[in-house]
Amino acid sequence: MTTKDAAYTYTIRLGDDALILGHRLSELCSRGPILEEDLALTNVALDMIGRAQALLKYAADIEGKGKTDDDIAYRRAEINYYNHLLIEQPNADFAHTIARQLFVSVFEFLFYTELEKSRDETLAAIASKTIKEIKYHMQHAIDWTLRLGDGTSESHNRMQTAVNDLWMYTGELFEMDEVDAQLMRDGIAVDLIPIKAQWHNDIKTVLSKATLLIPEDTYMQTGSKKGIHTENLGHILSEMQYLQRAYPDAVW
Amino acid sequence: MATDTQLDLWEVFIQSKSGLPYIHAGSIHASDNKMAIQNARDIYTRRGEGTSIWVLPSKHIVASNPDDNDMLFDPSNDKVYRHPTFYVMPEGAKNI
Repeated sequence: MTTKDAAYTYTIRLGDDALILGHRLSELCSRGPILEEDLALTNVALDMIGRAQALLKYAADIEGKGKTDDDIAYRRAEINYYNHLLIEQPNADFAHTIARQLFVSVFEFLFYTELEKSRDETLAAIASKTIKEIKYHMQHAIDWTLRLGDGTSESHNRMQTAVNDLWMYTGELFEMDEVDAQLMRDGIAVDLIPIKAQWHNDIKTVLSKATLLIPEDTYMQTGSKKGIHTENLGHILSEMQYLQRAYPDAVW
Repeated sequence: MATDTQLDLWEVFIQSKSGLPYIHAGSIHASDNKMAIQNARDIYTRRGEGTSIWVLPSKHIVASNPDDNDMLFDPSNDKVYRHPTFYVMPEGAKNI
């Protein structure tokens, strides 16, 4: 694998996380539990879409075949998407949305803090722009985890269920393959081993403060690095890609 | 009016630039100080409107009674000498 191929795959993976989570969160537009939360979550969605745009545009540049960020976002098949499985999990109830946001944003905070030091200048620049947004996403998710976990018995139970349900998708966040290995040698990619330990530590702190139990080690789902997804991604894509599929090259 | 069941009501004031006054932007619901700031940020500063936010619980606002309007506001209205309009402005003086 050339460095170029590896950099393309690496960037697409990051871009897909942002793209799919942005779409997931945008589904909550007009469906938030209260108006304030509706806007808070759709603000996060907009941050994600902005990050996706920057990353997918960069991926298109690396590939050098004259594609746009939109081509990459809207014209791939499911098997060619590389977002983490955790990202595509449904919003379900508010507790599930928050648990997913907590797991993702704590991971992203640690990850993008390191990516800021990448030797790839574009990735480093995107990281330093996005880290400010991630800090806010993380604060929002932590605050709600504390409120729901340490709230009423109903909110506590729902939050615990959400944490338990999503736990099996968290192992995949720290998987590395030959793409990571190659780019780590070049000082471009982030080493996920120290991040894994830190993530567990941080999540443990938040969950205990929220009077929630850390799920026991369980079988961890895997597959997204090879484009193998849960059934949820297909549903997202069918909605997200509808317009470009029905009216190719449609513009504003 | 239906009873408001969505957390406490807060008033939001936004400062658009350092040095300028905080201007009332609207209200939000929140359960604590931190959430109030976050919700105010998410609702009223989405397009670069502000650089600083104040929030305060609406219940702490003391408002004048509309029934007292005659007593409170009319007397200041009919005396032209209350308005500083009899001075010649120095040339070049701004913001007076």
